[in-house]
Amino acid sequence: MPIITYREALNQALREEMSRDDRVFLMGEEVGEYNGAYKVSKGLLEEFGENRVVDSPIAELGFSGVGVGAAMVGLRPVIEFMTWNFALLAIDQVVNSAAKMLYMSGGQFNVPIVFRGPNGAALQLGAQHSQAFESWLSHIPGLKVVSPGTPYDAKGLLKSAIRDDNPVVFLEGEMLYNTKGEVPDHEYLIPLGKAELKREGGDCSIIASGKMVLIAMQVADQLAKEDIHVDVVDLLTLRPMDVEAIRASVRKTNRAVVLEEGWEVCGIGAQVVDYIQRDCFDDLDAPVIRVHQEDVPMPYAKGLEKLAKPDVAKSIAAVKKVMYRS
Amino acid sequence: MPTKIFMEALSPTMEEGRLVTWHKSEGDAVKSGDVLAEVETDKAVMELVARGDGVLLKRLVAEGTTAPVGSLVGVIGAAGEDISALLGGAVAASAGVSPGASPSSPAPTPHAAPTTPPAATTPAAPAPATPVAAPAGTGSAKSSPLARRLARDSGLDLGAVAGSGPGGRIIKRDIEAAVASGGAAMAASSAVSRPPSTVADFVDQPLTQIRKTIAKRLAESIGPIPTFYLTAEFDLTRVAELRAAAAGEGDEYKVSFNDIILKATATALGRHPEVNAHWLGDKIRFFNRVHLGMAVATDDGLIVPVIFDADQKGIGEIARESRELAKRARDRKLKPEEYTGSTFSVSNLGMMQIEQFTAIINPPECGILAIGALEDKAVVVDGELAVRKRLRVTMSCDHRVVDGAIGARFLQDLRRLIENPLMLVF
Repeated sequence: MPIITYREALNQALREEMSRDDRVFLMGEEVGEYNGAYKVSKGLLEEFGENRVVDSPIAELGFSGVGVGAAMVGLRPVIEFMTWNFALLAIDQVVNSAAKMLYMSGGQFNVPIVFRGPNGAALQLGAQHSQAFESWLSHIPGLKVVSPGTPYDAKGLLKSAIRDDNPVVFLEGEMLYNTKGEVPDHEYLIPLGKAELKREGGDCSIIASGKMVLIAMQVADQLAKEDIHVDVVDLLTLRPMDVEAIRASVRKTNRAVVLEEGWEVCGIGAQVVDYIQRDCFDDLDAPVIRVHQEDVPMPYAKGLEKLAKPDVAKSIAAVKKVMYRS
Repeated sequence: MPTKIFMEALSPTMEEGRLVTWHKSEGDAVKSGDVLAEVETDKAVMELVARGDGVLLKRLVAEGTTAPVGSLVGVIGAAGEDISALLGGAVAASAGVSPGASPSSPAPTPHAAPTTPPAATTPAAPAPATPVAAPAGTGSAKSSPLARRLARDSGLDLGAVAGSGPGGRIIKRDIEAAVASGGAAMAASSAVSRPPSTVADFVDQPLTQIRKTIAKRLAESIGPIPTFYLTAEFDLTRVAELRAAAAGEGDEYKVSFNDIILKATATALGRHPEVNAHWLGDKIRFFNRVHLGMAVATDDGLIVPVIFDADQKGIGEIARESRELAKRARDRKLKPEEYTGSTFSVSNLGMMQIEQFTAIINPPECGILAIGALEDKAVVVDGELAVRKRLRVTMSCDHRVVDGAIGARFLQDLRRLIENPLMLVF
């Protein structure tokens, strides 16, 4: 199976879907002439022309609104945010227009749109450009939220997101674009709303999504050397969340650690913990522990930034704590 | 105007009833006086009848479910009548309804082998050393939800388990250790090679209403364990003959009367799981294996070592094992797993010329057999006076589990075995 980058996997998904359905088009800052700020749209302008790959002005609210309008009249826009930090300017179109239109029009207008771009921190981009917004977006009824951590998942999920008839928020990662993984030549889709058990252990469940899955896998490798074997549940879709997959794992292991890139308060991990306490109370041998970003704006200083992020060491400590091994 | 159907107090002491069967379906026409359902009260299965005419609009309680007296279980009204307002209130009215443990009749829950009986502590037995003692006097020790569930499933008393988690929290590994120490007892003490069995070691049976009532009422009457006593006099003439004949074959075949009585008791228990049981508060555990406790007097007090799988062992093996256990009990050399896990006990004061006595049940067991002195007595046999070897035994029974007739049937079988000891080889 070919090994390609996360970036190339997204590029393949866009190319395949644009070839398959001429209603699909890509719009955003620098997606055309510049081949995308992170080169995800490389070669697409050349292949599909400027009607299908549209360079927008630096006006997130404006081009998001154009996208929602286009979706309402039958096109299938993919709106690229250079990062989700910039999407704060467009949040009214995402939350108030895209997410609400089907409901408020009494079912007359569905909005088959994908909002995509990198989410969370990279390296030393400062407090304003290092934020993880998955809990904000997952909070909204009417949005589906997808957060793949591997090239294989990125491609299969982006294709499903584009084919979905309702708005999908697609969270990528600047630190993920260069990661590599096996992606088959043939076409495949990964269904929205399904988690994947990426590692089977039995001693503890680690529940993660997006780039935290990569941390979870490193944690699993390191703990295996100490004869601690963990389940890694990759949520893949944050909303609607695959609660059954979480339940199945926690009922087996009796303990859970939830990893998330964002802050602690009202974070997506809090929702995971709620599902666990609600459905698996009698299965728990220890309180569930969350590993998350420290409760501060992301520091610019390299050393402080490292300390603020959730990482392998913090996650290993959490697993040992729920196993009463610390 | 709809008519509400309530769970009625169908007996003077009824506090809740289990709806056994609905006789009417939703939509069926009903007349006042029609039987709507059968309800199991604390005494019997009774009929719940309609108090109004119309159509059964709603059944609010599923078959097999228990509902408190006075709670709404259904509604009768005109066909198509809107009863939503009434049902809104029903939710509040039936708050606290506990669904029955199982639909219809309480089905016994077999447990997969291998499982271990819970550790029954004896007064003289100090608890085995454990990691962190739970804070005393706090009432209940902290424990994880999983630990509580596992303890419940394996019949362990959480109070007897020490927690190794933060602040003495009882966690999964503590329960597993407690269960394993009971399991080690079996492995260590059970010399017999028991063929792998597809039959579970025991069967848990949820309490029926009548069993609950018997337990509650009789416990009120006499202490926490409502005990009654059955006394029988057995003829041991043939046991004496057997014993003498065996001893004539050599010293290795010498066994005591007590050994033969233990063997007969174990064999009878194997045939009567209804007295080979533990009372566990919310259920009764009937054992399919016989672990016979034998009370031994020591200088420190009474202790009850266990002959595991006693029904599977020969008289000679029981003789050797009981001698060894009694000796080590007096030497204070017994390991905890050797005096926990019994399913029924025997106490013998015959050697001290006590003709007859009553023994105290060792909870959670449900019975104990008190063996008196073997005496030569003049009795009438086939219309003639004869001197026979006679033995008085008294069985203490926990009435919550064992009713008089059940205990009596067990003693009947025990009599057959003891009076015809050749039966023990069958």
